[in-house]
Amino acid sequence: MKYVDEFRDPVRAGVLLKEIEALTAQIMAGRDRPVVIMEVCGGHTHSIFRYGIEKMLPPEIEFAHGPGCPVCVLPMGRVDDCVELAMKPEVIFTTFGDAMRVPGSRLSLLGAKAEGADVRMVYSPLDALALARANPDREVVFFGLGFETTMPSTALTILQAQAEGIGNFSLFCNHITIIPTIKAILDSPDMGIDGFLGPGHVSMVIGTDPYDFIARDYHRPLVVAGFEPLDVLHSVWMVLRQMAEGRAEIENQYARIVPRYGNEASLAAVTEVFELREFFEWRGLGSIDHSGVQIREAYAAWDAERKFAVASPSIPDPKACQCGEVLKGAIKPWQCKLFGRSCTPETPMGALMVSSEGACAAYYQYGGIDAVPEPAQ
Amino acid sequence: MCLGIPGQIVEITDAGRKLGVANVSGVRRPVNLACVIGEGSVEDLIGTWVLIHVGFAMSKIDEDQAAETLRILTELGEAQQELAAMRDGDRALGDAQW
Amino acid sequence: MNAVTPTGNGRLRAERVTLAHGGGGKAMRDLIEDVFTSVFEPDGLEDQARLSHEMLAVEGARLAFTTDSFVVQPLEFPGGDIGKIAVCGTVNDLTVGGAQPLWLSAAFIIEEGTEVALLRRVAAAMRRAADQAGVRIVTGDTKVVERGAADTLFVTTSGVGVIPAGRELAAEKVRAGDVALVNGVLGDHGAAILAARGDMVFEADIRSDCRPLNHLMEAVIEAAPGVRCARDATRGGLASALNEISQASAIGIEIDEARLPMRAEVKGVCELLGLDPLYLANEGALVLFVPEEQAEAALAAMRSTEAGRDAAIIGRAAEMRSPRVVMHSLFGGSRIVDMLVGEQLPRIC
Repeated sequence: MKYVDEFRDPVRAGVLLKEIEALTAQIMAGRDRPVVIMEVCGGHTHSIFRYGIEKMLPPEIEFAHGPGCPVCVLPMGRVDDCVELAMKPEVIFTTFGDAMRVPGSRLSLLGAKAEGADVRMVYSPLDALALARANPDREVVFFGLGFETTMPSTALTILQAQAEGIGNFSLFCNHITIIPTIKAILDSPDMGIDGFLGPGHVSMVIGTDPYDFIARDYHRPLVVAGFEPLDVLHSVWMVLRQMAEGRAEIENQYARIVPRYGNEASLAAVTEVFELREFFEWRGLGSIDHSGVQIREAYAAWDAERKFAVASPSIPDPKACQCGEVLKGAIKPWQCKLFGRSCTPETPMGALMVSSEGACAAYYQYGGIDAVPEPAQ
Repeated sequence: MCLGIPGQIVEITDAGRKLGVANVSGVRRPVNLACVIGEGSVEDLIGTWVLIHVGFAMSKIDEDQAAETLRILTELGEAQQELAAMRDGDRALGDAQW
Repeated sequence: MNAVTPTGNGRLRAERVTLAHGGGGKAMRDLIEDVFTSVFEPDGLEDQARLSHEMLAVEGARLAFTTDSFVVQPLEFPGGDIGKIAVCGTVNDLTVGGAQPLWLSAAFIIEEGTEVALLRRVAAAMRRAADQAGVRIVTGDTKVVERGAADTLFVTTSGVGVIPAGRELAAEKVRAGDVALVNGVLGDHGAAILAARGDMVFEADIRSDCRPLNHLMEAVIEAAPGVRCARDATRGGLASALNEISQASAIGIEIDEARLPMRAEVKGVCELLGLDPLYLANEGALVLFVPEEQAEAALAAMRSTEAGRDAAIIGRAAEMRSPRVVMHSLFGGSRIVDMLVGEQLPRIC
């Protein structure tokens, strides 16, 4: 596959690994703790585990798996809203497959389907709109989740619904924004992150300038990274090179996809349809100001929250859950008291065990578990 | 977050609604082209490589930048080989003097 | 093998099945005889098959007996239909245990309103698949249920085969160093069904790999008599089959991503929908383990059969501290390949 296979090239990976080893040795000469690099985005977490990248790197390089998995950070109350919407007899509830298994306080969407709700997985919000066209006597609700990457697709779908006068389609908007969340992590007192891999596909929408504060105010390097394994290694090397040279800058490894100023048409659609919420609740991280968007008044007719008067109960995370600390890079997944005991992929308690991109689920399933010390007998 | 995959636009199906078809490794999927049309006309997009996310072409792939990234890595590799060759050379020279 | 698949006796005139076709009267008799028995051609018309077989008379030979239900949607898809799967699935279940499949039963749960023409196509596909495998459908049953009580058509097949004396295939027999082989490309069935369902809205020229594997298996056993065990990689894909073997034998398994045979289109589907091809279902793929010195012979035997043209050596069994399935990626790293928690769902994240 063009633009894919060449970025999975093991020969170039070998070259990068040598460079990374040399830089690591240079950096470690002056410090006594490991270098912690946070990959903000769940897509990177997925690549790191799928290709076994962490084990290829020198042991002094550690990844902190960030908050960029929109399924993982979805609070339980919003899942309950989905279930309530899906249970309405007139509703066809459409969602990306990712959200099907996320537990609410009583049911997941998969559970709601088993209880009779009409829940359908789709690949694209456009497919949900097509369902609305084909079922004029039903209400089609699309569960919009994801960061800036996904916002343009739902915004454009609403604009399309408006243009065609499709009234039986609405969006349950749970989009979240990445910048305030990175800032919240940087502001937390137990923050131990030396540098960041920036989310490549968010950046193709918003560009690279919004990250400037990370270098300017927090003196941390951030490299906007692609998702193929070579992209990840290349970006790690770029972060290390900055550290070795005492720089903290915003660099773009993923220039084949990410333009500096983002995508104009995407941003225009997003700005047209959405506005910032005052705050949004995150699983594991709590409420973060301006970290989510909602549908503007002008598009209220396509807003499921207004159309169906969604309750949005606030349901606290399980008390013993340490997802927040894992998200901030303060502890490793297996250092959580629940990991692998009461919290497993079969019965997730915490957000990070829910999705295959969640750091805990990835550790549990993809062999990070090898890194877990054998339990004392 | 945000699974995206390169594909090539192979057909325009509805210029008014900015819809076309992308080919991903032999798989044909309808895609919305609104984010990648830019100044040109929709038809100009045929043959263009784009990054596809949830049925939307989100960004044109910059072929030169892709080549540039690979070039940097190739040069790194060549530099490593030269270094290794120089080290071998030094050793050989050293042996001779010894 | 019959060159021409027999067709019905033409007595059933209805276009759709009604509850009357399940009522025990003439309508039911017409459905059974016209659509099913005249196509399957069992020996007698008694309510049970009476079987005799010379292979059973051999000292040490054993009967193998298995059953499976089939509920695929859509019922017809590129490369097969529910009938073909129902025959191949049960034939292959017998096959991977080392049995030579001989006889099948077929039971049909039919939703009222189902088109008779569909049932005829399904029955014909079953007969063709049975002929291809060299087995006979010797008994069966039909039930008609009210609309909504079944999804058009469910099929259950049971199968009987004979395991020749001295043949003992079992996952526990796998030893470190044994070589793992697959007979063909992976994931075709799962990807073809995904495309045919239409929910994900994509087109791809992918056909189900649904096919009987008994001839291939016999060829392998003849060429490599030390075959330890085989598993068909159906639901849960190659990953689940390998995990079952690893658990049963308490031994690790290493596979090499670069060696896994897979079509570009299947890779494309997986990249697009965020699926892992290791978990995609197959209906004509098996994985087997042989002692290292017989691996090349087994591979050549596979490749000499129609169902094994794309056969490949994909890995080996290995001692591990905690037995798992590990895949070495194309990129140079490695990861654990675990069982899935539930069904694999498309993802965007």
